Amino acid sequence: MQTPKSINFLEWGERIKNWWAALWARYQDVPLISWLAALSVSVTLEILIGDPFSRIMGLSKPPALFGVSLVLNKPALFPGAIFYMLLIYLIPTALVAYFSKGIGNKIAGALMKSPLIITAIIHLGMIYGVLHLWTVTSDYRLLIARLVMIAIIVTLSLNVVNGYMGEFSCSHPGFMALGAYGASVFTLVFFVTENRFGEALMQPALGPFLFPVSLILGGLLSSIGALLVAIPSFRTRGDYLAIISLAFMFIVKSLFENLEVVGGARGISNQPNYANLPTVFVWTMLSIWIINNFVSSTMGKGLNAVRDGELAASAMTVNTQKTKMIAFLFAAFWAGVGGGLFAHVIGYINPGTFDIRKLAEVLAMVYFGGLNSVTGSVVGAVGFSLINESLRPLGIYKWIIIPVMLILIMIYRPTGLIAFREFNIEALFQPKDTQKEGGIDHAAA
Amino acid sequence: MPLLEVSQMTHFFGGLRAVYNYNLAIEQGQIHGLIGPNGAGKTTVFNLITGIYTPTEGDIFLDGNSIKGLETNRIASQGLGRTFQNLRLWRHMTVIEHVKLARYSKLKYGLAGAFFNTPKRVRDEQDTAAIAMELLELMELAEQANQLVTNLPYGAQRRVELARALATEPKVLFLDEPTAGMNPEELNGMMKIIREVHSELGLAIFLIEHRMKVVMDLCEYIQTLDFGEVIAEGTPEEIRSDPKVIDAYLGKEVSV
Repeated sequence: MQTPKSINFLEWGERIKNWWAALWARYQDVPLISWLAALSVSVTLEILIGDPFSRIMGLSKPPALFGVSLVLNKPALFPGAIFYMLLIYLIPTALVAYFSKGIGNKIAGALMKSPLIITAIIHLGMIYGVLHLWTVTSDYRLLIARLVMIAIIVTLSLNVVNGYMGEFSCSHPGFMALGAYGASVFTLVFFVTENRFGEALMQPALGPFLFPVSLILGGLLSSIGALLVAIPSFRTRGDYLAIISLAFMFIVKSLFENLEVVGGARGISNQPNYANLPTVFVWTMLSIWIINNFVSSTMGKGLNAVRDGELAASAMTVNTQKTKMIAFLFAAFWAGVGGGLFAHVIGYINPGTFDIRKLAEVLAMVYFGGLNSVTGSVVGAVGFSLINESLRPLGIYKWIIIPVMLILIMIYRPTGLIAFREFNIEALFQPKDTQKEGGIDHAAA
Repeated sequence: MPLLEVSQMTHFFGGLRAVYNYNLAIEQGQIHGLIGPNGAGKTTVFNLITGIYTPTEGDIFLDGNSIKGLETNRIASQGLGRTFQNLRLWRHMTVIEHVKLARYSKLKYGLAGAFFNTPKRVRDEQDTAAIAMELLELMELAEQANQLVTNLPYGAQRRVELARALATEPKVLFLDEPTAGMNPEELNGMMKIIREVHSELGLAIFLIEHRMKVVMDLCEYIQTLDFGEVIAEGTPEEIRSDPKVIDAYLGKEVSV
């Protein structure tokens, strides 16, 4: 008598792994431009047939955030959302990316001959196009997309201090608050007529054009705040910065709670909607570009040297005090810009927004994504925001799950998902059929 | 006038007298040795001259200018390059990044260049990388340029430190036990490299060393330190036969 053939799970696991590796190998030579083209096909598809298709799947409307917000909220709808994602996003994107890789590589190769700036603008234009088409159908998506991009700015700037410089700063919500209040007050005083600051001092129509000024002023204000933290705490190393910066965060919060001129604990509202999708997109790309320029320059590498051995750094002519100071003020500036954008996205801020929970979020994004890595920060900000949204139905219990996740990351991946990587903008746009990428990177990590 | 001159330097750690009345004069192109038993204060002398500590008394002149009390990085950029007894490499950085970073004070671009990747910065970074590559070739490290230093064997890590110190364009190179922990093969390689550096770049070298073979072979002038004081100085031959040196290393003969 034959024994029934038992299912060999190990063998199947091995098969799936091999199959996945083979599939992945086929996608190694897909250039960024093909991925973007494929994504734009998917988002267009969603605009065209998303509504009827989602009804077929039993959903009332297309899942806004890849279905993540449905997992806990309406679990019964989740399988439908998965099918929707597969048929509208995953399969079309995969197919188009695969079949356009030949022409994509040709285009990318041709673009390599033109200046980097043109290549960059074409790619960024496509990324923006995808983002625009994705958000055009849903206000919720539009809001989340902008908040995630702001999270990217803030995470990157904290990574400069906590990752690249190796100090532990807790004052980022404070810097965001300074930037948010600074930018809001500037906008409200000059471009908005309301009862707190009275008549607009300038033509309201000028507001959107002078919005960069208001953001930069907010950023500078938080840089000044950073100076107050940096002067006492950078004379020594170790825990002092963590303690002083934590104190600073609380001081800023209580300062705004007690400043009646900016609304006290009630906060200020009526910020006009200057931070629309293109504005936030441009500022995010600008911050990634500038921060990456800084940390990849020899001057910025001074931060890594200070982190890995301050004595040796100063013996090798690095002005450690100046380096630390510049990096900290620089990081605070971008946190302030992020705060200013945040205020204009939400249209309302109060001191309670910038409390210890904000700190936990930003720290989680940095450590989840990976220290000392631009890519890590982007992945951390996007990934954590999605997790955050999916846990929203849990309410306050979210704050049990998130710290537990953080602890698990700290145990199993102490430096984060994608840590200690160089982010090479030029390599990102290159055609992928000529050289194998990733080999060196993995060996180094 | 000597290139590096230290006059009557004394230093106390609290009540402990670490260095007492130390004098030094190093001429251009000279290799000067500093020996002494463990805890004699050799590394403290290095740390005092390179600005990690400020001497309690005395003065230090480099090229005729007093460098006493300046920050370590200022002293380094004025022309004192050094290596460390226990390697102090930056563990998350590659070999070439180490050497490039030692050019920090020689960078021509400012913050604008660092933030906006200006053409000036691109050019300057290329020049810096070229200089770094040259030094790495001198140290036979060119192939490992893009590896993390932590992946290199010990002897190669020592050479990274040396390349990094040379990248600061020192007038005087301070080597704190460059052959510590090396096997005989690595030792000979290091001695060859020190000789090459000395002859090709014409540097003055100030060397702390434990191994008599190295000191006696390389140095033209040797000081012996014991309990923070110079007990003997002179040419290798004079030091070799000085009874005080033998006492300090082997202990005094006890008369019964």
